[in-house]
Amino acid sequence: MSTEEASKMTDTTETHEAEPAQQGAISDFGIDTTSRSAGEAIRDYWSSVRGGELGSLPALLGLIVLLIVFSSLSESFFTLGNLANLLQQGASITIIAMGLVFVLLLGEIDLSAGTASGVTASVMALDLINGGNLLGGMGDGVFYVFCGWLVLAVGLSLLMRLWTGAVLSGIALLIALLGVPANAWIGMLLAICVGASIGCITGYLVAKIGIPSFVVTLALFLVWSGVVLQFIGQGGTLGLRDDTIFQVANGNISTVGSWILCLLAVGGYAAVVLSRHYTRLRKGLVASPTALVLAKIGGLALLAAVATFALTQNRSPTNLVVISGVPYVVPLVLVLLVIGTFVLDRTSYGRHLYAVGGNKEAARRAGINVEKIRMSVFVIASSAAAIGAIVYSSKVGSVDPNAGGGNTLLMSVGAAVIGGTSLFGGKGRLRDAVIGGAVLAVIANGMGLLKQPSAVVFMVTGLVLLLAASVDALSRRRAATAAR
Amino acid sequence: MSEPILELRGINKSFGPVHVLHDIDLDVNPGEVTALVGDNGAGKSTLVKCIAGIHPTDSGEVLFAGEPVHIKGPRDAADLGIEVVYQDLALADNLDIVQNMFLGRERTKGGLLDESDMEQAARKTLASLSVRTVKSVRTQVSSLSGGQRQTVAIAKAVLWNSKVVLLDEPTAALGVAQTRQVLDLVRRLAEQGLGVVLISHNMNDVFEVADKIACLYLGRMAAVVSTKDVTHGQVVELITAGRSGDLGIARPEAATI
Repeated sequence: MSTEEASKMTDTTETHEAEPAQQGAISDFGIDTTSRSAGEAIRDYWSSVRGGELGSLPALLGLIVLLIVFSSLSESFFTLGNLANLLQQGASITIIAMGLVFVLLLGEIDLSAGTASGVTASVMALDLINGGNLLGGMGDGVFYVFCGWLVLAVGLSLLMRLWTGAVLSGIALLIALLGVPANAWIGMLLAICVGASIGCITGYLVAKIGIPSFVVTLALFLVWSGVVLQFIGQGGTLGLRDDTIFQVANGNISTVGSWILCLLAVGGYAAVVLSRHYTRLRKGLVASPTALVLAKIGGLALLAAVATFALTQNRSPTNLVVISGVPYVVPLVLVLLVIGTFVLDRTSYGRHLYAVGGNKEAARRAGINVEKIRMSVFVIASSAAAIGAIVYSSKVGSVDPNAGGGNTLLMSVGAAVIGGTSLFGGKGRLRDAVIGGAVLAVIANGMGLLKQPSAVVFMVTGLVLLLAASVDALSRRRAATAAR
Repeated sequence: MSEPILELRGINKSFGPVHVLHDIDLDVNPGEVTALVGDNGAGKSTLVKCIAGIHPTDSGEVLFAGEPVHIKGPRDAADLGIEVVYQDLALADNLDIVQNMFLGRERTKGGLLDESDMEQAARKTLASLSVRTVKSVRTQVSSLSGGQRQTVAIAKAVLWNSKVVLLDEPTAALGVAQTRQVLDLVRRLAEQGLGVVLISHNMNDVFEVADKIACLYLGRMAAVVSTKDVTHGQVVELITAGRSGDLGIARPEAATI
């Protein structure tokens, strides 16, 4: 590695700065001014991997291994019906995990995301069942406490100037107070807004009051389990019979729609990547070789086309009905992934988030409002948890007192960590959550098909998580020794 | 020299019952390196933090380019053109050099980060300071050496066309060659017309780069002297006893609280 870079430093033939006076100095940034060939770029990537910058590579490899193993062990695993089913099963955990990535990036934890998602789901179910009359659904006392909670959330986010949090909590308050007639869309909006209000209060307690997030969210984890019970009633279940809600996790896009989605996704990716690539080339900055960029886009296009083609085939096990098309959860996860990645990578907010996760004091001295950033991630996590809850309730068709309890949260944290997000903060990407979520879904699904008892499933899942954590720790150590 | 760029008049600061700074007066001239020396606990770092807006002052006046200003936070100081390079290096390890240099003041285009623009600007600044040791401005800070980090932190200050740069013990943890680099860099900052305040314990460093020396003693400004008028010994006396011959506080006993 060192000889390679040294040679690159000496043969800097291309300097893009025009002023000759600066040439001597510019040539010192050897890597920045020398264009690399595709081979060199791949070698550089490989050396950074060996240096401990693994990212989501282990999880991706693990996913491939799992797919191969389960396909060879079970005939029904690698069938269209099961793969589509897999996407729908893994979606809710993946979405909650994506929200948690924001929290984990700051080195914080949100243990209450699971039960908070249960609260949002039960509010949504109460709203739909009672035709928008939450007062009737909850009973007087509970309803007033609920509204008081929302008012508090609005107030606290106004205090912290976290406008998004204030607006979302305000919307929830309006829907509750006005008794807006029930409608699946309003119900889902209400769930997300209630999620945001939960995040506002968690975030305030952590960021402003200064209670460790572990303690705050541990306490709230218990509180929300209680609240779900209160909303649903002991032993009861809230059924969701609304067709729109049912479609969220169980419906599929039409064949034409699927192909349009495929085109949009690939086209969008190509447009973003190419525009960035050519901007860098135009400005004389070093960029990945054009061939490599085109190969990446081509590879993605091929993958997307194959997946779309497969999912638009009829995968119904019987001849009575036709099931085909890309499940709705795919665009849902994709959209969340794209928006989230965009926010993290391309906006100042995202940059500040990484900075706070890396060095809180440095961020504060750079004039970043650390408290607001810390509060905001909990709002994002709880809102994402609400979206995950919608998907989960849609899949199950009802909300029971255990909604979001059990191991929902731990699976979500596990998904983020397996994907490569560090629990120490500052390191992680949104796609980690998606890859990690896929790993967990494949394990649960594959073990189920192999007729393994849940005892084995839990143990295997736990061991995979342990493996992922060890890889993280080892690569971290490797990176620490490789540095300097 | 010309008009002072930064003037402090009668700055007082207490932490609870502890009176840390007593009526501090200090002028910082553009194009000059002012060394701020004093023993541990003399109030050097507190003074810097007051100027940087991290601690509010209790009383006193700050004039910037002749105008009285109120610095309420790090952002106010940055807006004026006052940059601080801290002892414990305010850099985020998980970000690269460019990201660190623009932290908190990212350049955006249409609401999105303008990475290529920032990368060019960062490279130009480092080049103008003749920084020669960094191979790529996209290197993560975690993989830089102590001296390189210090360089990045100082270059960050220059990037913002700052008028005043405060350096808190920039050479404290560095080896010989790296100290050399940083001191050269400090000199170049002054040559570019910035007002530089250098906090240091190292008399060699101070005598090498400073134009004038300000000695703090138990929270009071003992003396502000021109480097060429004093010897090592006199400065050490000022630091340890608050006075040296005619220089310094008249009766050091009075200074103790």
